[in-house]
Amino acid sequence: MPLSYYLILSAIMFLIGILGVLLRRNPLIMFMSLELMFNAANLAFVAFAAYHQALSGQLFVFFVMTVAAAEVAVGLALMVAIFRTRHTIDVDELSMLQG
Amino acid sequence: MSINDFLAILPVLVVLVTGVLVMVADVFLPEGRKGIAALLSGLGLAAGLGAALAAVPSTGTAFAGMVVADGFSLFLDALFAAVGLVGIGLAYDYFKRMRLQRGEYYTLLLFSIGGMMLMGHANDLVMFFLALELLSIPLYILSGFFRARLASQEAALKYFLLGAFSSGFVLYGIAMVFGGTASINLEGIVAAVRDGSANLTFLLVGAALLVVGFAFKVSAVPFHAWTPDVYEGAPSPLTGFMSSATKAAGFAALIRLLLVVFPALGENLAPVVSGLAALTMIAGNLIALVQTNIKRLLAYSSIAHAGYLLIGLVAVNSSAAGDAVAAMLFYLVGYAIANLGAWSVVVAAEQAEGRGLELEDYSGLGRKYPWLGVAMLVFMLSFIGVPLTLGFWGKLYLFRVALESGLFGLAVIGIAASLVSAYYYLRVVVYMFFRDGEGVARRDVWLNLIAIGSAAAVVLMALVPGDLLQVAAQAVLRVP
Repeated sequence: MPLSYYLILSAIMFLIGILGVLLRRNPLIMFMSLELMFNAANLAFVAFAAYHQALSGQLFVFFVMTVAAAEVAVGLALMVAIFRTRHTIDVDELSMLQG
Repeated sequence: MSINDFLAILPVLVVLVTGVLVMVADVFLPEGRKGIAALLSGLGLAAGLGAALAAVPSTGTAFAGMVVADGFSLFLDALFAAVGLVGIGLAYDYFKRMRLQRGEYYTLLLFSIGGMMLMGHANDLVMFFLALELLSIPLYILSGFFRARLASQEAALKYFLLGAFSSGFVLYGIAMVFGGTASINLEGIVAAVRDGSANLTFLLVGAALLVVGFAFKVSAVPFHAWTPDVYEGAPSPLTGFMSSATKAAGFAALIRLLLVVFPALGENLAPVVSGLAALTMIAGNLIALVQTNIKRLLAYSSIAHAGYLLIGLVAVNSSAAGDAVAAMLFYLVGYAIANLGAWSVVVAAEQAEGRGLELEDYSGLGRKYPWLGVAMLVFMLSFIGVPLTLGFWGKLYLFRVALESGLFGLAVIGIAASLVSAYYYLRVVVYMFFRDGEGVARRDVWLNLIAIGSAAAVVLMALVPGDLLQVAAQAVLRVP
């Protein structure tokens, strides 16, 4: 398959991720959308790595996966902390700061 | 891998190893003696600062081209270690007062500083990404350090969501740069651009996404929405540290990346960065005019200062690139000193449960605590850029570089914005000296030392600006 198929799919995933973060109000869904953005980048990395026959792109994906795991751990911990005090995690309810 | 590789990033290693040590030592520290963790961290940072000052800049790379140890990165190492030391000084008494003296704070602070230092050393896009995450993830946790306080939780979640969002942009940008040049090493990227094998469309998309991602980190308008909320909700000592150091780290990454891609894409990217600079200066200063909470006011002030710094970033795309980098480093140092000083006053005036943060609460503080008041006056004058302060020279050098590289419009906007900023900065001082109030401030030896020391530094260093600029000018970047 040509490179462009992968890139188009990855761009669509990235856009869905952006829209999800901007439009959805549930942090868990926002979270999934963030992962979608990261994985869109991963797809682009492996597609380019295969196209260029360069290994560094594939290596990068492993770094991204580990970092994303660390980030998920912190993010979920924050949500648990918020849920314990407030019994909701809806971001619209988080309006103490005038943002 | 040889010993020289490790020596190249010695300051980073010292700080990170201290972070691990503090984490382990914290387990054995009895409740109430957590100050020892602060002491250990301070020693580690001092050692890191010493290592950075003693290191000799090298022109080569280390770890197979992953990192460099040029004058630029060592300069930033020293800056981050010094800011971290002051950050610990701000935090120590504050958390004791808030009954939240925990060792984790210092561990995470050290990890974050390690990430910032690594950002200055990075020579490979993998390192940029890892350093970015290493500096950000601890800061997400630290913003929510007041676990029971709603504002702090909210700040942490907002910072986390928007921080991860910006990381997504950085990551996709790196993927596009890799796609365009078949390399993630800065050397390889430059080589691909030179020999014409690079696909400039992919490179442009990638560079633009990287600029967007890091614009979030330095809180440039329109990517600034998180800044006031996070700065308000996070513990004040952390905000003081974060606003000084994270900005420097973000600009370090931007300078190094743009130096690489500007030769090929200057005419496409420079207008974008100019637009960001103008928007940031205008919006940051205008919104700051109506703030009544000191933390939000300083947040918008930090946005405005990011705008002035972005002028220097545009000037990197010109024959005066060396001067532009030197002026930006000078400005970052001047801003860090005045900013940490101002936050030390905020920390001193903050009461339990987040009270004492409105401008009203500052009424009469200056008359009751003259030293604190005079120090705050000095910081505010430095922020405005009044002569005889470090801030004046910082702005002078930045605007001079802007004029040398033909950015007349941006320089004019910068000067006009500085004039507007005088209103909200001086308002703080007016409250402190010319209003009656019941305000009280904490008298703590470290806070007083930081406030008065920073004020003295702002005034005294302004006497020898040329020498300081010389130091910054010698912190040269290794151009791949």
